Amino acid sequence: MTDTVRPLGLFGMLVRDPLLWALTALVLLTFGMDSLRPLFAAAFPALERPVFTQDTFPALMLAHIGLVTISSGIAIVVGVAAGIFVTRPSGAEFRSMVESVVAIGQTFPPVAVLAVAVPLIGFGETPALIALALYGLLPVVQQTIAGLEAVPHAAREVAKGLGMNAIQVLNRVDLPLALPVILAGVRTSVIINIGTATIASTVGAKTLGTPIIVGLSGFNTAYILQGAVLVGLLAIVTDLAFGRLERHVDRWRFVA
Amino acid sequence: MPTLIRNRVLATLVVMAAAAAFWMAFVALAPNRLMHGTGIGLTDLMQGWRGVIVVPMLLLCIGIFMRPTWRTNLMVALAGSLLVVALVWLAGDEATRLSAAEPKLSRVSLGGAFWVLLVVLGLAVVDALQRAGLGALWQVVVGAAIVALVVGLVASGELDQLSLLKEYANRQDVFHTALLRHLQIVGATVVPTLVIGVPLGWALFRTERFAPAAFAILNMIQTVPSIALFGLLIAPLALLAATVPWLGQLGVGGIGLAPAVIALTLYALLPIVRSTVAGLGQVPRSVIEAAAGMGLTPRQIFWKVQAPIALPLLLSGIRITTVQTIGLAVVAALIGAGGLGSIMFQGLLSSALDLVLLGVLPVVAMAVTVDAVFRFMTLMVDRSH
Amino acid sequence: MIELQHVSKAFGRTKAIDDLSLTVRQGEFIVLIGSSGCGKSTTLRMMNRLVEHDSGRILFEGQEIRGFKPQDIRRRMGYVIQSVGLFPHWTVERNIATVPELLQWPRPRIRDRVTELLQLLDLDPALFRGRYPHQLSGGQQQRVGVARALAGDPEVLLMDEPFGALDPLTRLALQKELARIHIVSGKTIVLVTHDIDEALHLATRVVLLDHGRLVQSGTPLQILAHPASEFVTDFVGRSEVGIKLLGLQTVASRVRRNESGEGAPVADSLTLREALSVFVTRQVERLAVVDGDGQAIGCLHLSDLVKSRE
Repeated sequence: MTDTVRPLGLFGMLVRDPLLWALTALVLLTFGMDSLRPLFAAAFPALERPVFTQDTFPALMLAHIGLVTISSGIAIVVGVAAGIFVTRPSGAEFRSMVESVVAIGQTFPPVAVLAVAVPLIGFGETPALIALALYGLLPVVQQTIAGLEAVPHAAREVAKGLGMNAIQVLNRVDLPLALPVILAGVRTSVIINIGTATIASTVGAKTLGTPIIVGLSGFNTAYILQGAVLVGLLAIVTDLAFGRLERHVDRWRFVA
Repeated sequence: MPTLIRNRVLATLVVMAAAAAFWMAFVALAPNRLMHGTGIGLTDLMQGWRGVIVVPMLLLCIGIFMRPTWRTNLMVALAGSLLVVALVWLAGDEATRLSAAEPKLSRVSLGGAFWVLLVVLGLAVVDALQRAGLGALWQVVVGAAIVALVVGLVASGELDQLSLLKEYANRQDVFHTALLRHLQIVGATVVPTLVIGVPLGWALFRTERFAPAAFAILNMIQTVPSIALFGLLIAPLALLAATVPWLGQLGVGGIGLAPAVIALTLYALLPIVRSTVAGLGQVPRSVIEAAAGMGLTPRQIFWKVQAPIALPLLLSGIRITTVQTIGLAVVAALIGAGGLGSIMFQGLLSSALDLVLLGVLPVVAMAVTVDAVFRFMTLMVDRSH
Repeated sequence: MIELQHVSKAFGRTKAIDDLSLTVRQGEFIVLIGSSGCGKSTTLRMMNRLVEHDSGRILFEGQEIRGFKPQDIRRRMGYVIQSVGLFPHWTVERNIATVPELLQWPRPRIRDRVTELLQLLDLDPALFRGRYPHQLSGGQQQRVGVARALAGDPEVLLMDEPFGALDPLTRLALQKELARIHIVSGKTIVLVTHDIDEALHLATRVVLLDHGRLVQSGTPLQILAHPASEFVTDFVGRSEVGIKLLGLQTVASRVRRNESGEGAPVADSLTLREALSVFVTRQVERLAVVDGDGQAIGCLHLSDLVKSRE
């Protein structure tokens, strides 16, 4: 009895998992967009070229993911370091200024940072990378500060009292307990970056926004759809994955 | 050495300002609007009686080493504010001087040093005011005073020879149309969002069953990049306009205002619904029961009990939504909706920083102002409780 | 073991500790007591350098504590606080293993030490070692807190109002545990409390502080019988001094061994205070007394409580 029930249980769990569905859809569409040509041709009979061919979709996907990963990587390293610095006694002086900058910075549209970077730096991947890294810093710093603040004071006091030095307190107590909140900041940062990277194709960066932008200027709705669906799925998959990660990191809380 | 420096924040900012002043151009002179200019440093400009600008600079430097009394910090704040206005005036004055001497097509634009100095000095002033013990209200007052003086300079024509303002002068109509359109987009988004979002939040608060699913959907919409959502709406809307012709005559089409406003409304829903639910959740159950016990109808309970308590969070949600929409409306220019984004993208594509700034600065100013106003309103409402 | 010599500490303009001199000898159970703000917590935290003293000297094992690195001192002292401060993301086992891990003990030794300490604190190792702090009651959490403080086998145990947040029943149980641990391990303990009964119950020496100054230092009996000033008497509870004195002695010290009593017997380990309560409840003047094995040893007279037969 149990032998037949268990595989079904696992299968059932997988079938119900939205992350798995979205990921499957993403992978299938990335590699199989070309094979959907007849579908697009039928839906948009007026178009000469129903499928975007200036670049392969896997290449665009990889470029987009690469741009987001590198810029977010920089944002995370610098952002967490800044958040840690500002919550230590040596950096406490700078804290209110950093918090003000981060708060005001997030009222700016991310596109603005990109737009200002181009005339100063030029076209291509570089201004996009810098703009994404700069803007991506903000939520990470904000959430790192919030997360470190939320660490229970009693735990920190005892950690010091039992003989941990500053680095040990940071690594064993502060950061593990602040991690879920920091991850929330990273999640926000990455999702915003995926969006801004899409627009970065207007400045010559190769991303999933390229078919959208080309489609907009060429009145090719099929291109637009292809780019939009892929980047939309990428964003959803990333968001769901982060949600999964946050829950995993916090799992001690859910032990009954 | 460490105890010599009393104000490390000011020290850092002064070092940054000095680095910017020495290594970046304060203004740049270009032969025409398409070519890059040669930079002119701040030190080159401080000739003659303009050298008096050194006084507030010195005061700021001294402020690093002085004992942190509220007098010292007030002095730093005043010196910083004065310097900001003086630098703006200086840029304008130099532009006037150079345009008189140079051929007609030449352009004087604001350089990197100008912007860095403005930001750094602004931060120094805010920091000094905080150390002097003056709260957010005073910071807003001082900020408004500085902005008022700068606006005064602009209005008086002192800055007219700067390329940024020349650009504006050349495109006044386009600019005003774009600005108006931008405001229209924001307005046309925020109103339906409130009309749909608040009742939706109320409904989700009452019947908790659908809340997780609803939030999951709204969340999913939020994660999709804005331009992708615009793009996804183009095809169905184009189809709609084709099958229902009077909608097309109304202006609903695949591109333009319709997909922009619809997408922006969808984006704006999550913050509103979330803050409505959270705000209503703030009202303790005991208070509602007491009110019901006193004989109030559900409608009266909503307006007299729940709404006032939920208001601060709701205002916060409206603030987030409006600021977000102001920013996202910039992207809408890519699908033909117009707005300040069109000016910005035009500048982007022709690599003209002045055009980009002409589009970006008003957007940033609007966003920051709306944010400050709503925060103030939320504070007032909070205090009255 | 720990010596404070003319130590002073000020926070801003307020003097928290004023020329305090104090010696903690090995094996003592010192209780620092006083009203709020008297400086008892500050004194404790100066011992492990969580607070740095302004003037004077503090010696640990004869050496000035400023000569050590703070974490080295703290690893040789256990630290327990009122809010416990268990690390919520670590199991009970990992919490207790905190200091041994810092001292880089081998894994098997750490595991055995955790088992040993859980048993010492009356927690079933198999049941508790894998639990998380949020799954424990307040009393259990503090037991783990004490175990954690003892894990590295410190020379001194510092405790800052450890039982203040617990209900009276749990507090009593843990006080008894602590007294037992003190006797069994012979460790030096410095405990801060504002509860005079707790102090009198646990301490081998009571140190009463007021406004950062030492008012009196002595055994519980000395504090009660020979108060140094009106302040001491007031603090102890002027009207309760006699009752509290009774609490310091056991039935065994006053029992008349050549006599026999009637009625249900009382144990000789009972305090005279508890015995008084029995007298009043039963409305008698004599009680039969038995020893730990249940053997009759004699009789306790009510009058002997008031005046010892000497």
